[in-house]
Amino acid sequence: MSKEKTGLTGAGILLKALQQEGVDVLFGYPGGVLLPMYDALLDSPIRHVLTRHEQGAVFAADGYARVSGKVGVCLATSGPGATNVVTGVANAYLDSIPLVVMTGQVSTSSLGTDSFQEVDIIGITLPITKHSYLVKDPRELPRIIKEAFYIARTGRPGPVLIDLPRDVLAQVNVEPFPSDMKLKGYKVFGRGNNGKIEEVVKALSESRKPVLYAGGGVVTAGAEGVVRQLTEIANLPVVTTLMGIGSLPFGHPNLLGMVGMHGTVTANYAVDDCDLLIAVGVRFDDRVTSGLGHRFATKAKVIHIDIDPVEISKVVKTHIQIVGDARLVLEEMLDVLPGFTVPLVADWWKQLRVWKNDHSLSYDLDRLTPQMVIEGVGKFADENTIITTDVGQHQMWVAQCYPTVNPRNYATSCGLGAMGYGLPAAVGAQIARPDALVILITGDGSLQMTMQELATMAQNKLPIKIILLNNGVLGMVRQLQKTFCEGRYNQIQLDGNPNFVKIAEAYGILGIQVDSVEQVQSALAAAIKHPGPVLVDFTISPDEAVLPFVPPGNEITDMIVR
Amino acid sequence: MLHTLAVLVENHPGVLIRVAGLFARRGYNIDSLTVCMTEDPDVSRMTIVVNGDEQVIEQVRNQLSKLVIVHTVTDLTAQSVVDRELALVRVEVSAETRSVVLQTVDVFRGRVVDMGRSNITIELTGDIAKIDAFVHAIRPYGLLELVRTGKIAILRSEV
Ligand SMILES: Cc1ncc(C[n+]2csc(CCOP(=O)(O)OP(=O)(O)O)c2C)c(N)n1
Repeated sequence: MSKEKTGLTGAGILLKALQQEGVDVLFGYPGGVLLPMYDALLDSPIRHVLTRHEQGAVFAADGYARVSGKVGVCLATSGPGATNVVTGVANAYLDSIPLVVMTGQVSTSSLGTDSFQEVDIIGITLPITKHSYLVKDPRELPRIIKEAFYIARTGRPGPVLIDLPRDVLAQVNVEPFPSDMKLKGYKVFGRGNNGKIEEVVKALSESRKPVLYAGGGVVTAGAEGVVRQLTEIANLPVVTTLMGIGSLPFGHPNLLGMVGMHGTVTANYAVDDCDLLIAVGVRFDDRVTSGLGHRFATKAKVIHIDIDPVEISKVVKTHIQIVGDARLVLEEMLDVLPGFTVPLVADWWKQLRVWKNDHSLSYDLDRLTPQMVIEGVGKFADENTIITTDVGQHQMWVAQCYPTVNPRNYATSCGLGAMGYGLPAAVGAQIARPDALVILITGDGSLQMTMQELATMAQNKLPIKIILLNNGVLGMVRQLQKTFCEGRYNQIQLDGNPNFVKIAEAYGILGIQVDSVEQVQSALAAAIKHPGPVLVDFTISPDEAVLPFVPPGNEITDMIVR
Repeated sequence: MLHTLAVLVENHPGVLIRVAGLFARRGYNIDSLTVCMTEDPDVSRMTIVVNGDEQVIEQVRNQLSKLVIVHTVTDLTAQSVVDRELALVRVEVSAETRSVVLQTVDVFRGRVVDMGRSNITIELTGDIAKIDAFVHAIRPYGLLELVRTGKIAILRSEV
């Protein structure tokens, strides 16, 4: 135990502890109770990025985490600052993204008195955090920070919230307690119950119609390499969730595409018809199963590999369960594989190819379509290019036709589906990887939810390329109203839209307007070539639809395709 | 079916709300819940009686184990345990019913711990079934107030 006076405030101790965890940047927004924190930051090497809204800060930390694989860190003041991060915390929770979210709080002596800017943020975020701490003694900060980072990044990752009362941050001459973690109740599963590996490989070997169903757990575990090896050795067809995009590179012959609500026909048919489903790092979300867990992959023996025991048998009855890290478990499968014959899948592939040929995704070339723009963007991408998206039709078009080759180069809000994610996530991504080309593909509705972050982009000279698919409407909702409300459109028209090119220019960002097919290539080329930030506004028709589409409640083979 | 879970948790403020919130959010049905200190001052013990089929109970156990503040979860249901509940029962008595009420208390090995002009208070310990039976037997005479602790349980030691 260090007995000598550190001369540090609580805030100083906190920043030291963050440095210990390798934190180089935090995204934040100041306020009264955080004065000691912002004072101490002046003496810390940690970079602070000022966003223009706390939701921007937490989404930026999330984007940072997704593309770097590190824990994202953000900071907001008490009261409204804290409530403004709630959406971002929920987003990270549902997508299992490691975040440490720090909120200021009123002084311990005022806690519970409804004092100015006091909210019970721990209470508010209880159902959407992996864990949380209210710090009452600054001497505990080194331990709490260490635990928070450990919890956020291990096992199934998630957001950890730390509530920091002003007096805890302000206290001077703090002599911290040792940082040893006290986490008796926290368990992390690694290799898993591997007695079952042989059983799994045997089932694979005997299968005639296997499918590998890959989700976010593959990305978290860094298992995409093993997925690819296993896929190629056993000639396995692969489907992914939205979270699992990039588990197998776009264009790989074994990739059938995304499964579920906006999945490919082939992927949905394959899952429905397979005799063995190897589900890795997935949770049988209702966007995949259509909310019909009991009618999902009913002909298959289902193997579920996941690091979170809670996910096992939550939605779908499975036959073999392995709780463990996706990479470690798949590696063990690879080790055992040579002792078995590879599955005979030639007939299965014949069938899959027929489906693939009959139902390939295609689009018109004579008018400006979103797919044309997204594929155009893809042509400029290299293996380092990062894509972030917002939520809506454009998000699904990106999922379907952007050539993602590396899952860490792709950030989108999946479980929460939070509009407004894309721009701040791009900010976080560009700060995490300054040398990468970062492209945001967004819609005119979503962009306006967090558009103030254009200032963060400008201030930090982030050369992000914004591809705006501007249909003048809340396209996804419009499509739903068209299908389910007989075209009785309501509140989807964005008639008050600004001139986005002028908005960009007002922030010192290059703006380009594109209205015709002929301009697409040259505008994209100009945008990529421009050394600074760019916004390209593509006018598309509000009638473009996301297809295929499984209406909620339909089985996944029951799709609208035209 | 009713399951009895012994849950060892950290002894901190805020722990109960994490457990209770989990049950509320996921729609699990708590039949009874007791929290008390243990031999270790850093650890509290919750005894939770919860209703559900095997799959629900498995989920409850896994969800509880996932909470960082939960050390262990043990399902005592299929095991050999000693379980007890304490009840305090206030019953109306009149000149005519007094003796039969006291007889009933005797049969159930209860104790009279307070006596008023027109009512008596009885203390009773036993397993849930015994307390249920006593309450059933005494109700016709005028059950005024009933306080039950909820079940606590401990594994039997090996012999
Ligand atoms: C914060 C938030 N509010 C509302 C919704 C519901 N919603 C889902 S998609 C969508 C429309 C998105 O419009 P836009 O960003 O223009 O994208 P488009 O669908 O037109 O591509 C809405 C309103 C949401 N997902 N998130």
